[in-house]
Amino acid sequence: MSTMNQAKVEKYRNDFLKEVTANVEEGEWVKMCMQCGVCAGSCPFGPYWEHPPQEIFMMIRAGKREEVLTSTSMWMCTSCYNCIARCPRELPITHIMHGLAHYADRLGLAPKNQPTRKFANLFWNNLTKKGRANELKLGIALYFMNGFIEGIKTALKMQKMGLNMFKTKRLSPMELLGGHGIKDTGGLHAILKKAREIELANAEKFNG
Amino acid sequence: MSKKEYSFYPGCSSQKGASASNYQVSVDSMCDVLDIKLNEIPDWNCCSASIGYAGGGVLPRLALSARNMALSEQAHGDQDIVATCAACWLATRETKERLLHDEALMKDTNEALAAGGLKVEAKQNVRHMVEVLIEDFGYDGLAKNVKKPLDGIKIAGYVGCQTNRPFGIAGESFENPKYLDKLIETMGAEPVENYDKKVSCCGGALIFSEPEKSHALIKDIIEAAYDGGADMIVTPCPVCQLNVEAYQDQINAKYKTKFNMPVVYYSQLMSVAYGKSGKEAGLDGQVIAARKLEEIAGK
Amino acid sequence: MADEIKIGAYICQGCGIGDRVDTAQLAQVAQRDAKASIVREHAFLCNAEGVKMIQDDIDNEGVNRVAICACSRRAKTEAFNFEGVAITRGNLREGVIWIRPDTDEARETTQDMADDYVRMAVTEAKYMTPPKGDDNTKYTPKVLIVGGGVSGMTAAVEAAKAGYQCTIVEKSGALGGAAAKAWKRIPQHAPYADPEDTGVAELIKAVEESDKITVHLNSHLTKTSGAPGRFSADITTESGSTTTENFGAIVQASGYFEYDARQLPELGYGKSANVVTQAELDAMAKEADGGPIKTKDGKEVNSVAFIQCAGQRSEKEGHLPYCSGHCCLTSIKQAMYFKDQNPDIDTNVIYTDLRTPGAGGEDFYRSGQQKGITFTKGAVSEVVASGDALEVKFKDLILDEDTSEKVDLVVLATGQVPNSGVDIEAMAAVVEGEEDGAEPEEPTAVQVPVESILNLTYRQGPDVPHLKYGFNDSHFICFPYETRRTGIYTTGPVRRPMDMQQAIEDATGAAMKAIQAIENAAKGRAAHPRSGDLSFPSFRREGCTQCKRCTVECPFGAIDEDEERYPQFNEERCRRCGTCMGACPVRVISFENYSVDSVGQQLKIVDIPDEFEEKPRILALACENDAYPALDMAAMNKVEYSAFVRVIPVRCLGSVNLIWITDALNSGYDGVVMMGCQKGENYQCHFVRGSEIAHVRMSKVDDTLQSLSLEPERVSVHEVAITDIERAPALINEMAETIEKIGMSPFKF
Ligand code: SF4
Ligand code: SF4
Ligand code: SF4
Ligand code: SF4
Repeated sequence: MSTMNQAKVEKYRNDFLKEVTANVEEGEWVKMCMQCGVCAGSCPFGPYWEHPPQEIFMMIRAGKREEVLTSTSMWMCTSCYNCIARCPRELPITHIMHGLAHYADRLGLAPKNQPTRKFANLFWNNLTKKGRANELKLGIALYFMNGFIEGIKTALKMQKMGLNMFKTKRLSPMELLGGHGIKDTGGLHAILKKAREIELANAEKFNG
Repeated sequence: MSKKEYSFYPGCSSQKGASASNYQVSVDSMCDVLDIKLNEIPDWNCCSASIGYAGGGVLPRLALSARNMALSEQAHGDQDIVATCAACWLATRETKERLLHDEALMKDTNEALAAGGLKVEAKQNVRHMVEVLIEDFGYDGLAKNVKKPLDGIKIAGYVGCQTNRPFGIAGESFENPKYLDKLIETMGAEPVENYDKKVSCCGGALIFSEPEKSHALIKDIIEAAYDGGADMIVTPCPVCQLNVEAYQDQINAKYKTKFNMPVVYYSQLMSVAYGKSGKEAGLDGQVIAARKLEEIAGK
Repeated sequence: MADEIKIGAYICQGCGIGDRVDTAQLAQVAQRDAKASIVREHAFLCNAEGVKMIQDDIDNEGVNRVAICACSRRAKTEAFNFEGVAITRGNLREGVIWIRPDTDEARETTQDMADDYVRMAVTEAKYMTPPKGDDNTKYTPKVLIVGGGVSGMTAAVEAAKAGYQCTIVEKSGALGGAAAKAWKRIPQHAPYADPEDTGVAELIKAVEESDKITVHLNSHLTKTSGAPGRFSADITTESGSTTTENFGAIVQASGYFEYDARQLPELGYGKSANVVTQAELDAMAKEADGGPIKTKDGKEVNSVAFIQCAGQRSEKEGHLPYCSGHCCLTSIKQAMYFKDQNPDIDTNVIYTDLRTPGAGGEDFYRSGQQKGITFTKGAVSEVVASGDALEVKFKDLILDEDTSEKVDLVVLATGQVPNSGVDIEAMAAVVEGEEDGAEPEEPTAVQVPVESILNLTYRQGPDVPHLKYGFNDSHFICFPYETRRTGIYTTGPVRRPMDMQQAIEDATGAAMKAIQAIENAAKGRAAHPRSGDLSFPSFRREGCTQCKRCTVECPFGAIDEDEERYPQFNEERCRRCGTCMGACPVRVISFENYSVDSVGQQLKIVDIPDEFEEKPRILALACENDAYPALDMAAMNKVEYSAFVRVIPVRCLGSVNLIWITDALNSGYDGVVMMGCQKGENYQCHFVRGSEIAHVRMSKVDDTLQSLSLEPERVSVHEVAITDIERAPALINEMAETIEKIGMSPFKF
């Protein structure tokens, strides 16, 4: 994987596009964008994107590998699917954004402190452990994901909301002591391990 | 009408002590009236929602939903899979569509499932609860059971994202779906006409990682409901419900607003209209009390 | 038919006319004031019984002029269609009852209006003769086609299929034109995914195999004269031998020149052999024939950039201001030449706006993307040679940054310059300028070698007039293929820029037009827009002062001069617009069914109440193509307008003779409103220049007004479109208000 980080790409050549096609979820669609800008104008977090999807697609075609993969942009996707619903070329933009984020993360190029990157990983680890999401543990981990002091501050800010949820029995302290989970965690872990293996093998095949 | 049975995928947030537990309570009450039997998929797992992508790749993520489908096929393969959570429904439905349209993916997925001793065909329909209501009962069918029409309540139907896009409810448009308004009307309440933020995003899971940006979105959603004269907001999605209801204090603090807008599920409206008690309708689970609904339920 | 004029006036009571006006009074007016011989009222004139009543009078009573006082002349034309008689219409429905309120106060003025329209209809009938038609016509079922490219060959094949003889005159030594030099063409069939065979070989085969098509290669026209049905053309070969043949119609498919890319040194053309035009690339591809495309020095191309709109869609001096329409798709096609041969070749299409018209355009674009062609929205500033590569410098308009790409080959998407012959209007301007002693005008930006294509003997000049940017045509949208020379149709890129597919469709349409012209000419009938009209202009030789106004103003070049310098009308070229009639200062030009009198007497028979009755009169002359229908539609929508107006439809505003205005003002009208079509560059005038000429002519009306000491506001001229349903009535009302302000005319008796 690490060799990929130094991949050399020439401007406006197909190299990076090919890499994306092979490694990124729905990446084969990137070349189909017609640069209309509808997605950029449809995104709820539009103003916060360093480069909206339209630009990301052009950057991929222009060979801006480093800039794309280290960008915080695709981490801004809230999965609202607005862009997908509106794209005249029917690009699965949401999936491509998720795919790019995942790929960048896998290569270790994603910005370390991007909060959504951290949270998304926390979430995945949380759910895969016992098969179901544990909202309390996730919440606590979330407060502390930026370090202990920050965590206390966030927790204080969130105190009232947490209390409200406890009061209405929509957050349970019992979760700390294990909480929900599935029975066949062994089976699940085996499935996920296998799935990851297959996926990496497929990417290898593509990359030759 | 005879009993209708479905293979039920409840999802993490509906579990006891989780953020949408009151949703589940009201769904149970509603199903009781409509004579629906929900058969829980044995040992179901999390779908990874819309945020699992960073950690999981495509295949591990799809494998999660595929495992649920495989278990459903084993236990009640002849029934439709029904989910109440928008994200659960979306993830499961997406997996089904992708498996059916991509042979290689189907093969890979089954190879992974085999490691856990499972196998999937992805043939069952995957439906959201509102689809069941609209398509299997119809508005007229749903109206028949109304005992206490929700007279005098004006409600903003907040559809949000994931029951609406990319799949949506059959026959509805992405930009202005009407089903929630119709459901509100069917229960005897008045929908807010042209609710401006009907299909806007609440920030979804990014409420955790990007709280400020999400609050800005939520503020607009609530404001538009007030502008439309709404007494409360109704939604079909647990993420929307949580985001729009639970952060109003923080939004008020930041934007100097005085929001106190109840946010309920369609199933809570229906339970009350069908004559269930406030508790049975999960109204005790509101962070912001839905007074007008409580009043009717208490009558 | 009896020479004696016998007018039958028929007054309809249907459609509410009977309820709103006193038809008995109308009948009386027709008989007493307008002198109709037979007057009948009918409850429902357009039904079978009503129509039969009229026919009976024609058959048994010798009625030869029929004045139908019912609905608009545009309604019920099939019911009121009587052979061999002159027909006029008094518009009581759209012109009176539908535009007036049904109130007691309005009753009197509404009746006045109806009375006048009856008087006018009967009077017009009196001054009309049923057109007898031209008996000097010729039937020549042969089409002359100038140009042997895709357009010309298609026109020939299509006309031949319909049974007409065709002759193609091609100046080069082979058929095929520009298309023959291309390797493949933009696809014309679903799924529009790959370049297709040009089809030129089959087309040539079809031409050669047809027993109806004759081909003259290495030839051009040295003289073309005559008119539809009887054109005569001298076809001269390179060696100088000439044959003369007769034709019924002409299709001009003279194609285009490629824009001279040497005018684009900033893009490296002429500096590096690896900067080529699209046409040159197609030649390279043809040579490679599916193998790797090589540069001039024999190197295989591994990367190529296409620069769209090279010297096009640009206001810069020497550039083409327009879009040639095909070049975006052509670049996609050419990028596929590379991708299909070797998908690893990098192809980048740099565009500012990608335009992919046509049914399959979008599909083809997507297919290009599927194949991995990169599309970059960017503006190229420069191409510089660096080593053995070329550096294309551009601004990426999506990423908003200046950047560049290194490539082996650059292809410039240059445009089409029409091969449209001599710009006769510029020529005329120069001649006029010289006569006036003024400096000749600055020549326009793009100069092409100008040789006449047709060498017409028309007094207006040797070629078909240009419309815009040197393309020859009349109105692009409303009247494609029509030129201002009847029976001569332009097609293909000489008419507007286009690709092969469009040229094929275009040529098929032009062939159809040519056939129509041949058939119409043989029967003495007018072409579009007065299709089927049998009348034609004639002039009274004794009265003519040889002023040449008619010959100059005829928009269609229909009038030549005979040896004695009198106007010589070529009926087959004439479109029956009446512009010559409007132009003639001594009023000697007329049609059998349209003349200075047929309109002039109508306006004179209108009852002009004296000053103290406070009933002004407004004359409205409305073009029958747009303004009159607009007024009819206003009536259908019950838009009200002044009861003081009397509307007379005219063939074209160009047919309005100043005498009508003078007469109207002299006889006490308080105002005159004229409505014609849009003039100028984006004209809508169905006779191209009629409305324009009328506007110029009417600018002189001020003198008349002055000599009568009348206010200039009393006469207004407007451009009205068929969609001006609210505006046309408003213009009439405006005049009514003006009169209210400035007072009644002092010329009432
Ligand atoms: S799905 Fe993601 S990228 Fe698309 S509009 Fe929504 S937030 Fe933006
Ligand atoms: S909406 Fe679709 S086609 Fe348009 S810019 Fe976005 S991705 Fe490209
Ligand atoms: S305008 Fe009249 S006078 Fe002059 S040449 Fe023509 S016909 Fe004769
Ligand atoms: S001006 Fe019009 S009517 Fe007169 S000759 Fe020319 S085309 Fe015919």
